Amino acid sequence: MSAPAEETRKYRDHEGPYFGNFGGRWMPESLVAALDEVEQTFREAKQDPEFLAEFHRLGRDYTGRPSLLTEVPRFAAQAGRARIFLKREDLNHTGSHKINNVLGQALIAKRMGKTRLIAETGAGQHGVATATAAALMGMDCVVYMGSEDTRRQALNVARMRLLGAEVVPVDHGAKTLKDAINEALRDWVASVEHTHYLLGTVAGPHPFPEMVRWFHQVIGDEAREQILAMEGRLPDVVAACVGGGSNAMGLFHGFLDDPEVALYGFEAGGDGVETGRHASAITLGRSGVLHGARSFLMQDEDGQTVDSHSISAGLDYPSVGPEHAYLAEIGRATYEPVTDSECMASFEMLCRTEGIIPAIESAHALAGAARLSRSWGEDGEGKIIMINLSGRGDKDVETAAEWFRMLPGQENDPVAETETAENTGDESPSPAPETGVQA
Amino acid sequence: MSTEATHTGSATQAPNTDAPNTDAPNPQAPKTASKTADAIEAARAQGRAAFIGYLPAGYPDKETSIAAAIELARNGADVIEIGVPYSDPVMDGPVIQQATTEVLARGFKLPEVFEIVEAVVKATDAAVLVMTYYNLIDRMGAEEFARRLAEVGGAGAITPDLIPDEGREWIAATEKHGLDRVFLTAPTSSPERVAQIVSASRGFVYGVSVMGVTGARDQVSDAAERVVTAARGAGAERVCVGLGVSTRAHVEEIGRYADGVIVGTALVVALRDGGPAAVAALTAELTGAETAR
Repeated sequence: MSAPAEETRKYRDHEGPYFGNFGGRWMPESLVAALDEVEQTFREAKQDPEFLAEFHRLGRDYTGRPSLLTEVPRFAAQAGRARIFLKREDLNHTGSHKINNVLGQALIAKRMGKTRLIAETGAGQHGVATATAAALMGMDCVVYMGSEDTRRQALNVARMRLLGAEVVPVDHGAKTLKDAINEALRDWVASVEHTHYLLGTVAGPHPFPEMVRWFHQVIGDEAREQILAMEGRLPDVVAACVGGGSNAMGLFHGFLDDPEVALYGFEAGGDGVETGRHASAITLGRSGVLHGARSFLMQDEDGQTVDSHSISAGLDYPSVGPEHAYLAEIGRATYEPVTDSECMASFEMLCRTEGIIPAIESAHALAGAARLSRSWGEDGEGKIIMINLSGRGDKDVETAAEWFRMLPGQENDPVAETETAENTGDESPSPAPETGVQA
Repeated sequence: MSTEATHTGSATQAPNTDAPNTDAPNPQAPKTASKTADAIEAARAQGRAAFIGYLPAGYPDKETSIAAAIELARNGADVIEIGVPYSDPVMDGPVIQQATTEVLARGFKLPEVFEIVEAVVKATDAAVLVMTYYNLIDRMGAEEFARRLAEVGGAGAITPDLIPDEGREWIAATEKHGLDRVFLTAPTSSPERVAQIVSASRGFVYGVSVMGVTGARDQVSDAAERVVTAARGAGAERVCVGLGVSTRAHVEEIGRYADGVIVGTALVVALRDGGPAAVAALTAELTGAETAR
């Protein structure tokens, strides 16, 4: 793709509420005043040197920024010829990229005089980050979490409670991330006077997609600087997993206006898109409105939301941030599904070749990148892929151990099929993750 | 409300808000009068506020939901809201969520709504609105949804998660088919937004009495009257109040300053626990009418 010179920075500085045909504010009127207040406070804060200094100080002294850029040659050699670099958001305090946005929004909430934070969480990483920020800043905190996810991510539930947050299991609907968002919105409608809804991804009504991206843009800015310092050139491909899409948007942001850098987002393919049991909203490509934004949405012919499925609680969401929908529609970024099996094969490969246990969410990006490198064959020689390792896998140890039949009593069971990327997307739904996911 | 009156001063903010002026058909030639406005004005002529009752489509099954809606009208409801079950009802409290989740679980499909509206329209004199989250309209297409609703005699729709800023297609479709479109105004709405909401609405303006989701409450918030006053000040001819209304005392209190009173959750509880007969009894109690049974 080539972009004329006068159009540089055309994507990077894009503000809401609309991203092409997507975005907007499909929200009850009761929340519009609060959204206006958030937007205005955010715009003022961005121009305020004191706010910026405090945000950067927290990033440096609390989160541990800048995060490392690590080359992973032994992992790369398993996949093909390309070199692979990981942006190590897994090394942030609380274990994922989520803390960047949370600290930013918590400062916004304080600036608005709010005393209570509410949040939704899927994998629990955003909930943990929000509980952390609430503890740090002396605010009350309630985290809504689907009851399926409280089961899948029991460790993170305990972490949030240790940090002083109230965790509310949500029993409606599919009992996963989308239902947690519904419940958080119901709370917010009634509590908006003193409460900020700290939305955890680049979805939702304006100004959330733009604001959350802005707080995560540090990922892409650092990564761009780091790869230029290390290699003297930009990567050929930048890749990330996409659920709501915040870690991907943060990394993409540093390269949006570099037309020579291809952007790849990897969605959760679950058992395979053709089975209907997946969370690949962009791949499916049906426009709709949910949770305040027009975007791509998994829905039936009536417009009812279809339940998503993924081994990864953090990607188990039937829609996606509107800016991703826009980048997909205009062709600036490419989005592909990665199945549970492909993901877990790469999860294992990174553990064994590099000594890094990734979050299962991030392992989708590893698998997608490995597939890409493999597809290039010898042409991959000399190419560079940068992947956002958005979180670490501590929270996923039990899920992974179950998948690989490492739990007591599982030793004699056959290990789930996780051999290579090529033989997946297949028809055999692996029984292993199901037991951990189903009621 | 004439078509002309609905299209004054709507160009306030956000990219889409000028759309009603550009997309609407000739305002000198409205196709149909507002059925909902007529029903509310008929109540006003009797010296009372209109009574608007909500029930979910297909709850607990299609036939019973039709029978219950007919009981609403027989016992004094002027306007009936048929709620469309939706997978993600963020403005609804536990009672309505539970009811609509059950309806979806038994395999409810959208065309059932039009059948129910048609049956209720044929059996009553009430204006019959649907209340629906917007994605259900969006998926079918605003134009097709409006066409089918008008075809079965529906009066229009209440859209709790649609604000006029995003309403370009829906406003155009309802204009074309002569349907009412009811937008909500909240205690937190700025004067500019109230003006935008009032000018975009047709039939009446829905005043949200309290910051929260649907559900019976013990007291009517004092915000309700301020919401009505603000909407009137912005030129609204009819403002009806809902959320939390559950007793005859609430109905009388709100009826003193609003043009209509909206009850939902209390009626759904009655239907759940006692069937259409309980809906009839509660409606009669709330409207102050003699039970028609």
